[in-house]
Amino acid sequence: MEKFQTIISTYVPLPIENVDTDQIIPARFLKATTCDGFGDNLFADWRYDKEGHPKPDFVLNNPAFKGQVLVAGKNFGSGSSREHAAWAIAGYGFRVVVSSFFADIFRNNALNNGILPVVVSESFLSGLFDASKADPQATVTINLEEQTITSNVTGSSERFEINPYKKKCLLKGLDDIDFLLSNRNKIETYEQRRPFAY
Amino acid sequence: MKTLFDKIWDAHVVTSVEDGPTQLYIDRHLCHEVTSPQAFAGLRARGLRVFRPEQTTLTADHNIPTMGQDQPIRDQISRFQVDTLARNARDFHLTYYGLNNPKNGIVHVIGPENGYTQPGMTIVCGDSHTSTHGAFGAIAFGIGTSEVEMVLASQCILQTRPKTMRINFEGKLNEHVGAKDMALFMIARLTTGGATGYFVEYAGEAVRNLTMEERMTLCNLSIEMGARGGLVAPDETTFNYIRGREFAPKGERWKEAMAYWQTLHTDEGALFDKEVTFDVSQIKPMITYGTNPGMGMPIDGTIPQLDDIDEAGKISFERSLRYMGFEPGEKLEGKLIDYVFLGSCTNGRIEDFRVFAGYVKGKKKADHVTAWLVPGSWQVRKQIEAEGLDRILEEAGFALRQPGCSACLAMNDDKIPAGMYAVSTSNRNFEGRQGPGARTILASPLVAAAAAVNGKITQP
Ligand code: SF4
Repeated sequence: MEKFQTIISTYVPLPIENVDTDQIIPARFLKATTCDGFGDNLFADWRYDKEGHPKPDFVLNNPAFKGQVLVAGKNFGSGSSREHAAWAIAGYGFRVVVSSFFADIFRNNALNNGILPVVVSESFLSGLFDASKADPQATVTINLEEQTITSNVTGSSERFEINPYKKKCLLKGLDDIDFLLSNRNKIETYEQRRPFAY
Repeated sequence: MKTLFDKIWDAHVVTSVEDGPTQLYIDRHLCHEVTSPQAFAGLRARGLRVFRPEQTTLTADHNIPTMGQDQPIRDQISRFQVDTLARNARDFHLTYYGLNNPKNGIVHVIGPENGYTQPGMTIVCGDSHTSTHGAFGAIAFGIGTSEVEMVLASQCILQTRPKTMRINFEGKLNEHVGAKDMALFMIARLTTGGATGYFVEYAGEAVRNLTMEERMTLCNLSIEMGARGGLVAPDETTFNYIRGREFAPKGERWKEAMAYWQTLHTDEGALFDKEVTFDVSQIKPMITYGTNPGMGMPIDGTIPQLDDIDEAGKISFERSLRYMGFEPGEKLEGKLIDYVFLGSCTNGRIEDFRVFAGYVKGKKKADHVTAWLVPGSWQVRKQIEAEGLDRILEEAGFALRQPGCSACLAMNDDKIPAGMYAVSTSNRNFEGRQGPGARTILASPLVAAAAAVNGKITQP
């Protein structure tokens, strides 16, 4: 996994609540057996019409909005456990998703793929939407070391929470399997002493 | 004093990361073709074998046709995905219930029906409705593909301990009201994010009175309010269901298991982070009107007005109604529908087919309705035939399909056409979930049966 460094970037605003994983990546695109290529189908049903042409009114099809950061409405990523949602977001080129609330499984899947979910207050979120509406060139700075997100238009800044273990993993580019494998003897000891073995 | 959740969790802690998650031991792991290939590829890339192969079971369900399963799958990419699962089963020495295997079916249907799911276990699967297994008093939850790889590699997973919530359903259910209505009512009250970060225990008189299959329906839908999972303390209903099933403990082992299982309940006075109580006499047969499972109301209810929705939610609300072709303040009772789907891990078990067949018996399917009746597994289908329900259904104008997830997520050919209204017993009414442009109205098997016969949304 790539190490996570401070990001200063324009962002793509998606002011919709309850964006579920079926919107992020519809089920018919889940037939692949590798992790590649999902970015092209990110938000497919919002992004393309029936013939597969880009719908001009969808934000990803508006060349004014780019960047490594997706800013979305409350309760982002609800629904299915499909990690394809995280692969699609990463595949498109996002490293950070900002929202006022994330669904649990999505948050885990994102972190396991080097995507940082940043939880901000409702007012900070609407501030970001307002700023990009006024000027698509508006940027944010995300500093993981300090756990801060700053709107570079208004200068307002917020601190976000992240589990210290996950923070370390992201900063160092490590993953959980390395950690679990280093614990094999603990697992075997557990298997000997557990209260009831199935 | 501990909650049921605490007891099971604590019994599975291998170690804890300082300032970080818990390393949790997993008793049972279920895999299907859609969320596992990249995990097996990961194992190969690291040169690893499966750590405890006897604790993982594979089935093909998400992406298979529900007709002509004896033929090779026509869609090439789907076939490749299913073949990849079979190959992974062979290469890594795992039990696999492929197409045409008598034990094949939807992952959350076959676990319980074979006695593979038992109280006190930790159970994971790369599918969010793994919460279904919680009905047996197990900690069961959905995981992503990276986590599937972790379990294959180490039989463990890293998890942050969730908060606990108890939801009490008190009182007696009204006529025609079942577990699906309880769940849709609960999600409408608590919203789709209302239980995020929590693991829920369902309790109270109305839960005690549910059958195992109804408890599975309730636990299945826990994820739709954001919960990591839901569980019910095991009791005589649970033990009677498990006893004698293929993978259930037998003889002395059964006695040992029972001695342990009987300790699995929340101690008197144990505290939850949150507690909610519903009076079930308030619950009427439910439907959904929008594009998330929290947008539910009684069949005779009216869709909220725009003014009832808080400012931040207005855009989503309007968008959702536009997608569904409904108006704020509209009543849906009497509205014509096009499709009915009976199936999925929420409502694709034998009791669901009994309820559906019981309603349609001696009646006729409405001519303009297309109905897909998809048993959750081959064993469910066999049971339907053994009880003669297939004939009742046939006489009423319905045909049975072969098992699979089918129109629950519409990965195969079972897609509801754009713009059409489907009354569905599955779990998600998201935009496009049942096919691009499909309009889903979630309901119980009984309400679905009434819709199929009357051709419209109606009281059962
Ligand atoms: S029936 Fe639907 S919810 Fe259940 S396992 Fe299949 S796809 Fe998932």
